[in-house]
Amino acid sequence: MMKAERLAFEYIRRDEEGNVEGITRAVDDVDFDIAKGEFIAILGHNGSGKSTLAKHMNAILYPTEGTIYVDGKNTADEQYLWDIRQNAGMVFQNPDNQIIGQIVEEDVGFGPENMGVPTKEIWERVNESLKAVGMYEYRKASPNKLSGGQKQRVSIAGVIAMHPQCIILDEPTAMLDPSGRKEVLRAVRALNDVEKITIILITHYMEEVIHADRVFVMDKGRIEMQGTPEEIFSEVERLKELRLDVPQVTLLAYELQKKGIPLPKGILTTEQLVREMTRLYG
Amino acid sequence: MTMILDHVSHAYESGTAMQVMALDNISLVIPDGQFIGLIGHTGSGKSTLVQHLNGLLAPTSGNIYYDGRDIHDEDYPKKELRSKVGLVFQYPEHQLFEVDVFKDVCFGPKNLGLSQKEIELRAYEALKLVGIEDEYFYQSPFDLSGGQKRRVAIAGVLAMKPQVLILDEPTAGLDPKGRDEILKQIAALKAKTGITVILVSHSMEDVAEYVERLIVMNRGRVLYDDTPSAVFAHYEELEKIGLAAPQVTYVMNELAKAGFAVRTDVTTIEEACDEILRVVSSVPFE
Ligand SMILES: Nc1ncnc2c1ncn2[C@@H]1O[C@H](COP(=O)(O)OP(=O)(O)OP(=O)(O)O)[C@@H](O)[C@H]1O
Ligand SMILES: Nc1ncnc2c1ncn2[C@@H]1O[C@H](COP(=O)(O)OP(=O)(O)OP(=O)(O)O)[C@@H](O)[C@H]1O
Ligand SMILES: [Mg+2]
Ligand SMILES: [Mg+2]
Repeated sequence: MMKAERLAFEYIRRDEEGNVEGITRAVDDVDFDIAKGEFIAILGHNGSGKSTLAKHMNAILYPTEGTIYVDGKNTADEQYLWDIRQNAGMVFQNPDNQIIGQIVEEDVGFGPENMGVPTKEIWERVNESLKAVGMYEYRKASPNKLSGGQKQRVSIAGVIAMHPQCIILDEPTAMLDPSGRKEVLRAVRALNDVEKITIILITHYMEEVIHADRVFVMDKGRIEMQGTPEEIFSEVERLKELRLDVPQVTLLAYELQKKGIPLPKGILTTEQLVREMTRLYG
Repeated sequence: MTMILDHVSHAYESGTAMQVMALDNISLVIPDGQFIGLIGHTGSGKSTLVQHLNGLLAPTSGNIYYDGRDIHDEDYPKKELRSKVGLVFQYPEHQLFEVDVFKDVCFGPKNLGLSQKEIELRAYEALKLVGIEDEYFYQSPFDLSGGQKRRVAIAGVLAMKPQVLILDEPTAGLDPKGRDEILKQIAALKAKTGITVILVSHSMEDVAEYVERLIVMNRGRVLYDDTPSAVFAHYEELEKIGLAAPQVTYVMNELAKAGFAVRTDVTTIEEACDEILRVVSSVPFE
């Protein structure tokens, strides 16, 4: 579905005369191969290159070095631009920059309309996507009057309505309350499980990645670690060095282990912890 | 500076068919030096409320008093208010506009009429506090990553040395280490200078860890106003209004249900760890 080979990207800053002032190598020698229908989560400290990498996945940015293929198509090849953008939908950190419609349902219908979807189906898609993110009651509201979290759910609905093969979400839940976060993740997982849509989820909330198939951990533009959530979250100290963390329950289990309670590594959920404690002491 | 909100309501688009009651009859007393958390579902009115506290929005009814004076009286020194009550906006982009990071952070203190040296000192100090390295000082704030922008926006307000520091979701978009570092720095600043801090957050874990008083908003009203552990004891009610308790609180409740004699009013990992060890240390391994 998506494949990167020795991918690198440099931001070049220039002064008024056009002289190079500085170069930031934001993505550095990245290789990956993501299968159709996979759920990939990307973790990494601020400035580690997550957003820059994500922007290569739907041809917003093009590699300085190396190649990235989406659905077998080289993103640097202009003739595929439209295909790639249509197949890989993107949700950004800040919903303000992605909402264009004057009314919520209009905004959500914008994508499918641009794709030439028949009117009747547009409305079906709009309604189903708004329901998926819990914003159906607001379909007649004006997006610029919604609160931060509400806006973000609308922009996610806008991408879902395009029925892309792949959705890239760049910190989609950063502004949501706990229920909103749960709803969005539930919607994202359902799209992955049921529709087999490939998911790339960038987040700073460690508990959000426990359902991913694989986790990539970025540091200084590189993919430093990758593995299943169990594997990644077993490395508590390593993650802390990379400015990351583990879910609270994983950390609690880890602290208890250090105090001599023989719990297994990589506990990710409350149920697992309670089960293990019961096995030991019940 | 004691802040009193007396029956404050705020309606957007007041008097039209589109009217939204964003704040509905809120009364609160905020004494000096508290570390307050403000939580609530999206759209519950948190940002509207904090914008009232620095006078950016005015109540459609009710009054706000600082040290006994109504801040919307004509002779109230508005400019002073803005410098005393610093607000970091929810979207950092809304507060970044200068050509480079350093100038951006200088903007606030400059308006206070300080000397150039003092301005730059403060900007430097604030940028260090939020963990922005020197290499970024002369870059455009718009060329930064999401988390870096957020740090610069926070630095801009810290540099004004406000008496009341309000942070509207300051840790959204920060990496876990950055989140801890910034909240620790703010807690230390508060301990050192005795300022009031109001932290708006969607992270139940963060407020549980840092604040002494937790205000819960629901549809424009204050639903709870208590210590974090007392508030999170209502976790089932919180779930009904879009919130939750910290993950450890759920762990403790589930352990209790499974027959462990643990306390359930636990909200941080440290407490949870101690409590579990206390209970199991009396039980021999099988
Ligand atoms: N438009 C730009 N011009 C110049 N440098 C940039 C630009 N955007 C990002 N950078 C730099 O590239 C690096 C990677 O940034 P990127 O936005 O990819 O990080 P990120 O991992 O998404 O971080 P965050 O978690 O804060 O969103 C950072 O050092 C950042 O300062
Ligand atoms: N400028 C505006 N015009 C009209 N209505 C608004 C405006 N700003 C906010 N609202 C509405 O007022 C209510 C409260 O919004 P507010 O932004 O204060 O919520 P919040 O608790 O900060 O939410 P979030 O957690 O999403 O940031 C919401 O219903 C919102 O849609
Ligand atoms: Mg980013
Ligand atoms: Mg808000």
